[in-house]
Amino acid sequence: MVGKLRFIVFICVLFLYRSASAQVPDEQSINGLRQELIQLRQEYQSRIQELEQRIDAMEEQPAAQQAAADVATAGGSLGVLSNSAFNPAIGVIFSGQAWGDNNDPETIRIPGFPLGGEAGPGPEGLVLGETEMDFNANVDDKFTAWLTLPIVIEDGEVTVELEEAWIETLGLPNGFAARFGRFFSGIGYLNGKHAHAWDFVDQPLPYQAFLGNQYVDDGIQVRWLAPTDLYVELGGELLRGGRYPAAGDVDSGFGGRSAFMHVGGDAGINNSWLVGLSYLHVGSDGRPSGDENDPLLFSGDSDLLIAEFVWKWSPQGNWKQKNFVLQGEYLQRSEDGDYRLPNGSVLPYDANQSGWYIQALYQPIPRWRFGARIDMLSAGDPGTLFTGTDLDPKDDDPVRFSLMTDWSNSEFSRLRLQFAHTDYGTIGDNQWGLQYIHSIGAHGAHAF
Amino acid sequence: MTRIIILILLIILPLVCRADLSVFACEPEWEALAREIGHDLVDTYSATTALQDPHYIQARPGLIAKVRNADLVICSGAQLEIGWLPVLLTKANNPKVIPGKPGFLEASAYVHRLEIPASVDRGQGDIHPQGNPHIQTDPRNISLVAEGLASRLIALDPANESSYQSGLAEFQQRWQQAISRWEIMAAPLKGSKVIVHHKSWVYLEQWLGMQEVANLEPVPGIPPTASHLSQLLSQFGRGEADYIIRAPFQDAKASEWLAERTGIPAIMLPLTIGGSDAARDLFSLFDDILNRLLGVQP
Repeated sequence: MVGKLRFIVFICVLFLYRSASAQVPDEQSINGLRQELIQLRQEYQSRIQELEQRIDAMEEQPAAQQAAADVATAGGSLGVLSNSAFNPAIGVIFSGQAWGDNNDPETIRIPGFPLGGEAGPGPEGLVLGETEMDFNANVDDKFTAWLTLPIVIEDGEVTVELEEAWIETLGLPNGFAARFGRFFSGIGYLNGKHAHAWDFVDQPLPYQAFLGNQYVDDGIQVRWLAPTDLYVELGGELLRGGRYPAAGDVDSGFGGRSAFMHVGGDAGINNSWLVGLSYLHVGSDGRPSGDENDPLLFSGDSDLLIAEFVWKWSPQGNWKQKNFVLQGEYLQRSEDGDYRLPNGSVLPYDANQSGWYIQALYQPIPRWRFGARIDMLSAGDPGTLFTGTDLDPKDDDPVRFSLMTDWSNSEFSRLRLQFAHTDYGTIGDNQWGLQYIHSIGAHGAHAF
Repeated sequence: MTRIIILILLIILPLVCRADLSVFACEPEWEALAREIGHDLVDTYSATTALQDPHYIQARPGLIAKVRNADLVICSGAQLEIGWLPVLLTKANNPKVIPGKPGFLEASAYVHRLEIPASVDRGQGDIHPQGNPHIQTDPRNISLVAEGLASRLIALDPANESSYQSGLAEFQQRWQQAISRWEIMAAPLKGSKVIVHHKSWVYLEQWLGMQEVANLEPVPGIPPTASHLSQLLSQFGRGEADYIIRAPFQDAKASEWLAERTGIPAIMLPLTIGGSDAARDLFSLFDDILNRLLGVQP
């Protein structure tokens, strides 16, 4: 307003000056006008500067506004009835291996531990592993969804499996979250890790023996995180009991339940740690294990206890340059029920079994990791009734030593070399393999 | 029994009755900015330090516990933290700080981002579809984020609106003065040619009119290789660049190797607060960056 007024005055003055210029100008008025002009020029310069700054700010602003608009009206602003803006994040993971074994993998049995579920040695030679498709997106402001579809080749036939399909809450108060659908049980440290995130080609022996590699089932999971700086997570699950180590959907389809607790934190800037304790109870009715075509069938109760620890070290916490991970778990299973043997006889079974593994991984320079693992099982004695069957622990406890090294060009590609020696007591088994794990598309962040 | 109840209350009450806004910053610069605006009204924590590559952070239990108790999460965004932040957010069970809520602030959404790729292909390396996320190296970006951060703090804690307003106004005034000072200081850097380890400095270069002529990484995110370095040596063998720049968490070997053979000075620049002894806050961060560049000015 003042500026406008001054402008009018300036014009008037100019007019007066021009009309007055015909007359003899006196020195004083010229000086006054000069000063006025200088003042006006300064004022306009500062106003122009201010305007320039505003334009600059407005040019930068659209980035923020656009981002906000994207969030608010994704799709809508496109002006077309297209649903493509809501596409979930999609990723595909490719894996495969070249595998060698000095014994025929088909004939290898772990004495006392007939394997079930997905567990067991893979085929020899060049073979395509799981091709895993992942989809995930928020359903709305309260729910998020995840889907994992591995494409596997079984007996020459391509099948799409439904490994995971779950919904999780986003909006529960007080540190609670619930997950429902089909998911990896939250017990233990390795149970929830997807195969592409494993540090070795295969799962440790106790995970193979007691969980069929990994326990995945239909159910509901509730977790609570304590409001403390120390990480304390408590969780519980109610599960259908349809998959190994359960079977037969006992208790009208409420055949499994679990509870777990994880505690963790940082120790200085270089170290972080996690410990956990988990319990799983499942009932089984005719759970197959051992030979696929001629299985043993277990009916009864299984109780599994898992204790875990993980320690991660990295100088200054700068993970990319150098890091070291030490982890181990102890699993103990007690089963009470009866086994139907392939010959038709039904024998009462009541035994405790246990197993553990400990592994160390060292990444001395970016992209290269070196790892060693030792895993062991010890079978309880089910009694003389089982002598000569797959459940006979024979004499020695199986123990395995594995070495691996892998190279990751980026976080999306990995090539791995592994060598393992297993001592089954009666036979020694050497395995070696090369594995690749590559991913394209959206790749979810990895948990600790 | 009463004693136990009192003990439990003593443990739990301080956790529940937090008066201050708890701010979880992914990087130290945003933690510092929150303190500049909120002063003692905010409790701040930075998930990373200047000595860590923010692309590669473990989603540690300690970080999840911090996010669980946060009222505001502020991160650079533009996928800088995509390898770990999503896990923290999903495992923290804190509905206040998930994307889309006022408690989640992506700093890069407030600035004009550079290097938004026309096509996205991982063959080009670890590129970010939403543009270069290292926005903090241009102080004018900090100023833009400050505005956004202040309005979030006010939205989350309206009772203290006037304090945040005055904190912002006071910061902006000092910051604009500092920018003017830095721009005068940095005038000799205009037009200088830089080789960078990783593309972390595009905003600094744009601000000061510097020219990025090469990267030590063959493609973003892939560590320098011998063949790429020898190619750079033949290209810059007669010293056709003025600086080789790296951040403190990047291996010095590659830049020193090239510096030795080309005579181009290799310098470490703090990418954020704490990257050098001198970079103690936002102001001294830029002081130090400029001092280090001007100290070896050709």
